[in-house]
Amino acid sequence: MNPKEGEATMAVRSSSGLRWVWFAAAALAVTATVQLYALSISPPDQGMGHLQKIMYVHVPTAWSAFLAFGTVFVCSALYLFTKREKYDMLAVSAAEVGVILTAVTLVLGSIWAKPTWGVWWTWDPRLTTTAILLVIYGGYLALRSFVEEDERRARWSAAVGILAFINVPIVYMSVRWWRTIHQVQSSPSTVDSSYILGLRLNALAVLAVMICFIVLRYRAGMLERAAEARLEEAALVKGEVSV
Amino acid sequence: MALRTELARVGAVAWKDLTAERRTKANFNAVVFLAVLILMLFGFALGPDTEALRGAAAGALWLTVLFSGVLAFNRSYQMELEGGALEALLMYPGDRRSIFVGKVLANLAFVLLVEAVVVPLAVVLYDLPLLGPGPGLIGVLFLGTVGFVTLGTFYAAMASRVRAREVLLPLLLFPMLIPLLVAAEAATSALLIGDPMGEVGAWVRLLVIFDLVFLVAAFFAFDAVIED
Repeated sequence: MNPKEGEATMAVRSSSGLRWVWFAAAALAVTATVQLYALSISPPDQGMGHLQKIMYVHVPTAWSAFLAFGTVFVCSALYLFTKREKYDMLAVSAAEVGVILTAVTLVLGSIWAKPTWGVWWTWDPRLTTTAILLVIYGGYLALRSFVEEDERRARWSAAVGILAFINVPIVYMSVRWWRTIHQVQSSPSTVDSSYILGLRLNALAVLAVMICFIVLRYRAGMLERAAEARLEEAALVKGEVSV
Repeated sequence: MALRTELARVGAVAWKDLTAERRTKANFNAVVFLAVLILMLFGFALGPDTEALRGAAAGALWLTVLFSGVLAFNRSYQMELEGGALEALLMYPGDRRSIFVGKVLANLAFVLLVEAVVVPLAVVLYDLPLLGPGPGLIGVLFLGTVGFVTLGTFYAAMASRVRAREVLLPLLLFPMLIPLLVAAEAATSALLIGDPMGEVGAWVRLLVIFDLVFLVAAFFAFDAVIED
């Protein structure tokens, strides 16, 4: 049994897969419930009417996406220090989920912007920063798809994941100086109290969905690697027999 | 003592790269030619209106530098890959980061030389004032180029060793360079067509921060991308 297979198999076996399927189902059910709850209790916004309800997905996905990219950074650094395969797999899982959540945030923001601001897209700092994050982490995933050797891919993408995250505050600072028209951040202090509870509950629900996406992607990736290692081993054994 | 030997290594790597470049010249000439071409194409895309051209000149100039300069970086490692020269280079004693710094210096000289051709041409084509903003402009060009070359040399260490290197390098590099492009364009524009808000200083500070942060980050991360 080679050490690589050992880690992959252990990581997958250490907790039962079924547990995470239940967690995913629960997360999705909770999300649906708190979405309905937020939709039903919040009054129409003075200026935007029911459009404001996009906020319950738009803002939580944005928050979770930033957390996912933070996870990429932490796991990349951990990989470089420990060289353990599981951190690389966690990093790529978080990056993929982060890219998806960022894309959802941008599409919803665009749908929200058209009736409110009159345009699909505007070069406002937070919108622009989010779009830049999408292309930065798109580049990260592109790099991964071009490198075939596992260890090299892990090392390279860890370096890229660290530099990408270091850039986030610089990107934000630069585009904020560049142009400013976005409404002030949708934090509970600027949102009317009737929306706060719905927003917070939804943020937690989306966070749970994000975690289970990352974990399921991580487990699938580790299983795939364990299966590959087994196949290799089987091929070797077969080779010995035939010789 | 150790620092001095490392500096000597840095110098040796930079000198080696520049000598190889000087002896062929083919790559440099092609990149300069492409830069001139891009500068002209921006003129055609933006239309012949002198005022509009002058307004867009800073952006066009920086995009020209980015699009032509990016071709230099992969080349600086590909030279090594042919004939297994990289393995030999890595086998030398001493810190591998010296190789990175040496290559950054060589690429910096390369891109600055391209700019030495492109900028005067932009002055002519886009009808820009040169004498007034001269020294400030040189400073901004230098700061912007340092950040560009640092990240370009870093990502090319990876991109040059995979299939599809021509497309992978810009995919990795350009998104990271957006703050640099924004700051360099704004500072250059303010120098060329006036700075009513007095914002050049802020943009120059941003460029300095960008350069320092990524010089340090790429320097320390280089070990992870080169040790094979």
